Amino acid sequence: MSSKQEKGWKELSIAAVSPKSSTGFLTGDWKTYMPVHDLEKCVSCLTCVMLCPEGAVRWRPDLGKIEFDFTFCKGCGICANECPTKSLTMKMPADQKEE
Amino acid sequence: MTTTTQDWKFTAKDVALKPDLFLSGHRACAGCGPATVLRMIMKATRGPTIVTQATGCMEIVGSIYPYTSWGLPWLHTAFENAAANASGIEAAIKAMRKKGKIKQEHIDVIAIAGDGGTYDIGLQALSGAIERGHDFLFVLYDNEGYMNTGIQRSGGTPTGASTTTTPAGTAIPGKLEKKKPITEIIMAHELEYVATATPYYWKDMLTKVRKGLEVEGPAFLHIFAPCPRGWRTDPSKTMAYSKLSVETCVFPIWEATNGKRALSTPSKMYSLAPEKKKPVTDYLKDQGRFRHLFKPENKHIIDQIQQVTDERWQKLLKQCEQA
Amino acid sequence: MAQQQGKPEKFLAFNGDEAVAFAAKQSDVDVVAAYPITPQTIIVEKFSEYVANGEVQTEFVCTESEHSAISASLSASTTGARTFTASASAGLALMHEILFVTSGSRAPVVMAVANRALSSPINIHGDHSDSMAERDSGWLHIYVENAQEAYDSIIQAFKIAEDPDVSLPIIVGLDGFTISHTLENVNILPDEVVKQFVGERVLPMVMNHEGKTVPFKLDPDNPMTMGPNVSSTYYFEFKRQQEEAMKNALKKIQEVNANYAKLSGRSYGDGLVDTYKLDDAEIAVVVVGSTAGTLKVLIDELRNEGIKAGLLRLRTFRPFPAEQLQNALKHLKALAVMDKSMSFGGLGGPVFAEVRNALFDLKQHPLIINYIFGLGGRDSNPLGLRKVFENLQQVAKSGQIEDIVHYLGLKE
Repeated sequence: MSSKQEKGWKELSIAAVSPKSSTGFLTGDWKTYMPVHDLEKCVSCLTCVMLCPEGAVRWRPDLGKIEFDFTFCKGCGICANECPTKSLTMKMPADQKEE
Repeated sequence: MTTTTQDWKFTAKDVALKPDLFLSGHRACAGCGPATVLRMIMKATRGPTIVTQATGCMEIVGSIYPYTSWGLPWLHTAFENAAANASGIEAAIKAMRKKGKIKQEHIDVIAIAGDGGTYDIGLQALSGAIERGHDFLFVLYDNEGYMNTGIQRSGGTPTGASTTTTPAGTAIPGKLEKKKPITEIIMAHELEYVATATPYYWKDMLTKVRKGLEVEGPAFLHIFAPCPRGWRTDPSKTMAYSKLSVETCVFPIWEATNGKRALSTPSKMYSLAPEKKKPVTDYLKDQGRFRHLFKPENKHIIDQIQQVTDERWQKLLKQCEQA
Repeated sequence: MAQQQGKPEKFLAFNGDEAVAFAAKQSDVDVVAAYPITPQTIIVEKFSEYVANGEVQTEFVCTESEHSAISASLSASTTGARTFTASASAGLALMHEILFVTSGSRAPVVMAVANRALSSPINIHGDHSDSMAERDSGWLHIYVENAQEAYDSIIQAFKIAEDPDVSLPIIVGLDGFTISHTLENVNILPDEVVKQFVGERVLPMVMNHEGKTVPFKLDPDNPMTMGPNVSSTYYFEFKRQQEEAMKNALKKIQEVNANYAKLSGRSYGDGLVDTYKLDDAEIAVVVVGSTAGTLKVLIDELRNEGIKAGLLRLRTFRPFPAEQLQNALKHLKALAVMDKSMSFGGLGGPVFAEVRNALFDLKQHPLIINYIFGLGGRDSNPLGLRKVFENLQQVAKSGQIEDIVHYLGLKE
């Protein structure tokens, strides 16, 4: 994040007005487990979209399904815990490869 | 331009498509209840909105310079003055509108504070701002402790909870005092709209945010927001605790318009079918902060928690009947 | 006194507080957020009358504490409103935390402080303990000599604080009771002249998180995040910016003083320091506030007696006009700096410490002593003040300082 390009005091906007959106700060590498989605079980109720603290589950009406943004997902598992049809399971990325 | 709750039904698909105003990339812990609260309540905003926030976890995680998670104008100044800041913003909008310096027909003002910034250090400023009748919505996200500074007790911490300033010791088993009935204190100010909510019932919560914004004058929304770090609970269970708090009547959800109280649907069920109400132990048993209560010598505290929960629930039922 | 071309001068009988309220009204403030405290109360009372009688379009927020008064002032200012507040003593002390937040947030709030002693013991009378305790809070500080200057300085304060290169809050200090409650004939400017002089608020430009360069305010059309959490990576840089704004204010105060003189015929030295019979003086006094008036009377007497006495009134305390002080005081043999507050355990009062610091760089500087006086409203009359000059004569003659710090008018 920090680099030689860090701005000096003369270049920064006054009063520490934030110059960047946190959508440029990726929190996806915090996770240990990640949700794995079973499309066949999903009924698109969007409970996971509503309850995700990260805004990392999105509804794609164009595709007619939900989509995970793993660049932000912290792997908390709320989505899997709350999914009424058990379409989501939390797995270690390695487990997933084995399957 | 002011829309009413009837105009928008808050269906999951509507809400999902509304762009986030509390943005991804914030630094809240995994499974943070307040993070879901902030992300979701911002979806209930109805137009130009300014947010001011008290110091606390959610203030920090959303504004770590040079990044911000706020997609709308946002101001933080200190811990105890969120309501005073809202007063100033509202007064500025009013004055500048009178003088033609603001083109927007209306700008909503939302103040957000945690339980520390509401129950404790922020109570005076909040009481003053409500008494003066400023047009703003105050949102209390209650995670029952000073989590930002490392899980200390607040006026909102419940009986029995072990915090770093009420540790479960050999002589004193966690916090001995009751949770301050903050919403009753606010109700005594006779404001138009007061409600409680919790994020598992997101639709109920969003509707209440919108109602609070529609009120001309102060409105207060108390949102129960589980904190896995401070409660020592599994991050995946955050919303399960949000739900359990209602199922056990530890945190009933209701709303009061002009002093008339009514239980909200999820809580109403337990008034109609009291046998469905779960015991508080269901809520307490897997929370690390209450673990010590399950030792035989502390059983009386669990009994006390059940008793206070029942008393407060019965009192609330009467208050709702009177309406 | 020169006035607006063709317009007759107008005088109104005002005490200092009333003069302040009237100036704030004429400056077309958008928001006033305040809480009553003696000896400032008349300001909020008078302003409330303007509101009650529909003479202003200002939103008056009568808060439940000074802490909320300054918090609401700060947020109103960051929303783009011209904002005014007033306080004193314990009230200012209660604001302490938010004073730093206000300057750090670069909110140009104008605050009148009717200077009063701090508890304990409780005392409602005038001294400078309250605002001197806030000297490092990042606010500009101007101290006035009388009600006329209080009126003029409030008008100037908006112009100075709101300048985009400054964008800092400002305290205008007027001595409690001596100025705040003493009736004077105040020469006022017409409403439209003041309104034009102060002008519309001009906002500094900043870059928001959308990458847009936009005016610095809470604006739904151009969202920005104000008051974020800044770690050691950047905090220092924003403090350095505040110091630069202070430097810019040094120029701006002089410029506004000069422009206001063109309009009103009144100026206060160069806006930073105001001198009286100082050029050819051998001994002199540096003072802040209303005591300057008394000292002028005394200096006239001393001059008649053949004593070359002079005066420098420090009008602007923050930013501290070190260079101006060096130039004005370098020729003196002996100098007394008078403090109406104490810096307990320090070497002399705060004004003394700063003035002596400023003169240290001179190749040859006067011998400098300190007088603490007037605490809790203790009267300072020409007879008592004469002792200061007697001591200065002694110091000048002997070239020796026996005691650096003196207490004037103290019961021994």
